Amino acid sequence: MLNVSGLQVFYGNIHAIKDVSFYVEEGEIVTLIGANGAGKSTILNTVSGLIRPTAGTIEFLDHSILNLTPHKIVRKRLAHCPEGRRLFLQMSVEENLEMGAYARDDIDMDAEMADVFSRFPILEERRTQLAGSLSGGEQQMLAMGRAMMSKPILLMLDEPSMGLAPILVEQIFDLIVELNETGTTILLVEQNAQMALSIADRGYVLETGSIVTMGNCIDLLNDERVKKAYLGG
Amino acid sequence: MDFLSYLISGISLGSIYAIIALGYTMVYGIARMLNFAHGDVIMVGAYMSFMATTRFGWHPLLSVLFAMVVCTVLGIVIEQLAYKPLRAAPSLAVLITAIGVSYFLQNAALLLWSANPKSFSSVVPFDSLRLFNGRLIISGTTIVSIFVCVIIILALNTIVNKTKIGKAMRAVSEDKDAAQLMGVSVNRTISITFAIGSALAAVAGVLLCSAYPILMPTTGAMPGIKAFTAAVFGGIGSIPGAFLGGILLGIIEIFGKAYISTQLSDAIVFAVLIIILIVKPTGLLGKKVLVKV
Ligand SMILES: Nc1ncnc2c1ncn2[C@@H]1O[C@H](COP(=O)(O)OP(=O)(O)O)[C@@H](O)[C@H]1O
Ligand SMILES: [Mg+2]
Repeated sequence: MLNVSGLQVFYGNIHAIKDVSFYVEEGEIVTLIGANGAGKSTILNTVSGLIRPTAGTIEFLDHSILNLTPHKIVRKRLAHCPEGRRLFLQMSVEENLEMGAYARDDIDMDAEMADVFSRFPILEERRTQLAGSLSGGEQQMLAMGRAMMSKPILLMLDEPSMGLAPILVEQIFDLIVELNETGTTILLVEQNAQMALSIADRGYVLETGSIVTMGNCIDLLNDERVKKAYLGG
Repeated sequence: MDFLSYLISGISLGSIYAIIALGYTMVYGIARMLNFAHGDVIMVGAYMSFMATTRFGWHPLLSVLFAMVVCTVLGIVIEQLAYKPLRAAPSLAVLITAIGVSYFLQNAALLLWSANPKSFSSVVPFDSLRLFNGRLIISGTTIVSIFVCVIIILALNTIVNKTKIGKAMRAVSEDKDAAQLMGVSVNRTISITFAIGSALAAVAGVLLCSAYPILMPTTGAMPGIKAFTAAVFGGIGSIPGAFLGGILLGIIEIFGKAYISTQLSDAIVFAVLIIILIVKPTGLLGKKVLVKV
């Protein structure tokens, strides 16, 4: 479904991504784990078109999306829920959800919103409040809801558990699994390697811009190096 | 009675400033740039209306529409040719370009219409309103300026809060990248913003010259700077701020002229701006940034 190959990204002189290749098959949950600064967000930003790579290819559904602008890429139903949530804080909960469906003209807005509200009843209670007035956990729910509104076939999530209480992390990961079971392919970026590897099918481990290990999550969970570096063991 | 008369004149002049300030503030809010050529678009709008009525003999109302269409196109062309290539450039480069565009428009006008002032006849067909046995006279242009400004504010408010493009504008103004990830085309949104701002500039130009009927290539410069001041005064990026800033600036200017000094009125206007910015750097209605983790 998504095929990235030979990706090179620079920020000025900083070589942030060094010859990275990976793929995501339809129906999978694939996770990209690595320490802070490894280059995970850069990879997602490059796939969604916000950053231009200096070399490499990116194919989605067998077509190159390398030269497309971000707003065209979303229309191919590849959604990106960015790091730090990036909600529109001055807009209401409802308007944030509407923005989620911006790229889709064929959508029944009320039905989609009802679906999000059924998963996150708290958002319905706060539907007219500004997103900036929500708590961190509620904001993450809204970010997930906003991403769901576009009905993506591939959803890229950048650290959805960041800064959340364990109970909320649990809830967000349950939702990811559920979205996957109902047909959404997931590319999950996480620092919380334990959680990510426990729900994903396959994983890639990124260190300073290069992929150092990859494989089935079960194998990765038992890999000595991965255990040492990322699982606190 | 004088006081009331000055107040109404101030509100009317302020309404024109507000209409211009809206263009500055919307462009700033969405493209994060100060379009210093905005004032000169006002001048182009006034010339278009002038040409349409004097040369082609068109109805004044039609001439206003014509001016709006020409300025809309002009605004989009300026954005595409001058500013779009500089989207990633340092803001100083954009600012200098905007000043360049401003001089370009003034000199083009000089070439086309010469430096000779044209005497602009008001597009407003109404007679003055006489109240209190003729002790208070309000001109038709004054009334129409205020009325038009109110209509524009209400319309913009609806567009920005209720329509899809308006929501896209707010999203871009808050977080360009996140807006793109939702499927918003930033370039298209910026173009539309320039189009709206420039159409409003045409309206302001016609109203301004209807109230102060001398039209020349530099006509837009000073009102442009004052409207920019009004936008900063109200809180740049804020639509209600532009409205409030424009009206207050108009009132301060007219009161300054009436009660303090005609020569010093502009100095008073800018002094007020400086004081406001010292006390409240974000302007009267400038946004506080909400951050929550
Ligand atoms: N906008 C930027 N400009 C310059 N360097 C950046 C920028 N964004 C990220 N980097 C650098 O690129 C590297 C990868 O960052 P990032 O992709 O954010 O990592 P991660 O998401 O894995 O924490 C880091 O060294 C970071 O400092
Ligand atoms: Mg990151």
